[in-house]
Amino acid sequence: MVTPPIKISVQNLNAFFSTAPSLMNVDIDIEANQILSVIGPANSGKTTFLRCLNRLNDFTPTFKMTGRIALDNKDIYKEYDPVLLRRKVGIIFALPMPLPLTVFENVVYGLRRQYIKDKKILSEAAEKALKDAYLWEEVKDRLDEQAMKLSGGQQQRLCIARTLAVNPDVVLFDEPCSALDPISTAKIEEAMLKLKNHYTIVLVTNNTKQAARVGDKTAFFLMGRLVEMAETGRLFTAPQDKRTDDYISGRFG
Amino acid sequence: MNFRRIKEFFVESAIKISGIASIFIVALIFFFLLKEGVLLFKTEKITHFIFGKNWYPISDPPDFGILPLILGTLLVTLGAALIAVPFGVAAAIYISEVAPGKLKEVLKSGIELLAAIPSVVLGFIGMITIVPWMKIIFKIPTGLTAFSGSIVLAFMAMPTIVSIAEDALHSVPKAYKEGAYALGATKWQTIYRVVLPAASSGVVAAVMLGIGRVVGETMAVMMLTGNSPSMPRGMLYPVRTLTATIAAEMGEAVQGGDHYYALFAIGIILFLITFAINITADLVIHRKRQ
Repeated sequence: MVTPPIKISVQNLNAFFSTAPSLMNVDIDIEANQILSVIGPANSGKTTFLRCLNRLNDFTPTFKMTGRIALDNKDIYKEYDPVLLRRKVGIIFALPMPLPLTVFENVVYGLRRQYIKDKKILSEAAEKALKDAYLWEEVKDRLDEQAMKLSGGQQQRLCIARTLAVNPDVVLFDEPCSALDPISTAKIEEAMLKLKNHYTIVLVTNNTKQAARVGDKTAFFLMGRLVEMAETGRLFTAPQDKRTDDYISGRFG
Repeated sequence: MNFRRIKEFFVESAIKISGIASIFIVALIFFFLLKEGVLLFKTEKITHFIFGKNWYPISDPPDFGILPLILGTLLVTLGAALIAVPFGVAAAIYISEVAPGKLKEVLKSGIELLAAIPSVVLGFIGMITIVPWMKIIFKIPTGLTAFSGSIVLAFMAMPTIVSIAEDALHSVPKAYKEGAYALGATKWQTIYRVVLPAASSGVVAAVMLGIGRVVGETMAVMMLTGNSPSMPRGMLYPVRTLTATIAAEMGEAVQGGDHYYALFAIGIILFLITFAINITADLVIHRKRQ
């Protein structure tokens, strides 16, 4: 088996809010067209880690970090404009939060911000993104309705669609199913498995079973440190570290 | 046990009474205004009162046409709104979205301090600064103009607009902003396309309340607008507002005379204008909430 190329390389990442460290000495290589699941108990730094990858922590004034994160071998904090970086590295949040616009306008929001005005391009992109997010069949007749009227699961897939519409390289999922019912969860997992053909995916989840179902590799975080990372099958059947074993078998966290 | 019930009863009644009292007092004020004001219309036609072009309250026979006063109020208000709304909303956006932490605090309390300056002080400052400048810059015979009044009123409306609009902008969920940023929107695109629309009802309410304050303001306009009760000819001419007319003439009107009733009738008109503005603001907020 050929090892896939490295998409994102994180080296010696330390992150702080005020002076409290929330990530310490994290080194991870994320391979292209794979799903990396990130698991760990609350306060382990999973979400901070994810938000470092597209510089969303920049908006928190107390945030500081050291170390290097490279996307395609270019340092995202030095060689990328944050706005352009976020177009390449999209994120899906835990709570579906559509913008207060129509379904269609939500999907094409990112494209409009790139000054794309052509109706045909926009509606084709919207249709493709909605199909990729497994939402098209449910909303194709409701594109002009307010996005808030969709159900929670539909809203979350709408958020996925609007991220895909910008045509990113990497999609980050921050506990995307924590507010959803099992059927919606299954649909989103199905979408993720298909999406990895075109995108690199990082999935932060509190649900270890979900990590086991969709992740190619799984990383276990604890108290701001990366404890262990391995092929998902191996991490769940033969963890090297006792703490990993305790967590996945439900002895704590 | 019983004691607790009695205590509950007292607290409930006290709250109920104070709630009803405030409404009752407003109703009483309006009733009094109406009672004194309508007496004018025994001798004066209502259409002539509102659309009459001459305000000669002490001539013989007197002429009670308040159209110049209504237009004076509208002109001064419009001028003030044109200055205060863009500056006020821009300042609110800056404070809420752009300014760094410390500066934000300083600016916000600074602007709220501006609201605490008594209007007579602002009027006085306007009189010794804006009025002479006006005369020099526009080469007009007097600096006491509608425009001078508008400028000072803009300063008085600004704190209301900035403070309420800032609250509205600030309460836009952080997730909206992050969602927009995550889709590769720039800061300005996020503000313009997401934050402002999401806060629009609050911003409109802020503007309306600011304008409401301008319409009702008396002292500063009386000191600055020249008080000429003729049909306004433009921003650079003296005008007189509804409020200034009441304040200036109440002392010399004979109680129970037509002039006296006419001033109360002006009060009714003023009440209706501010009432309409507040209702509009209320409707805007309400419609958005649904």
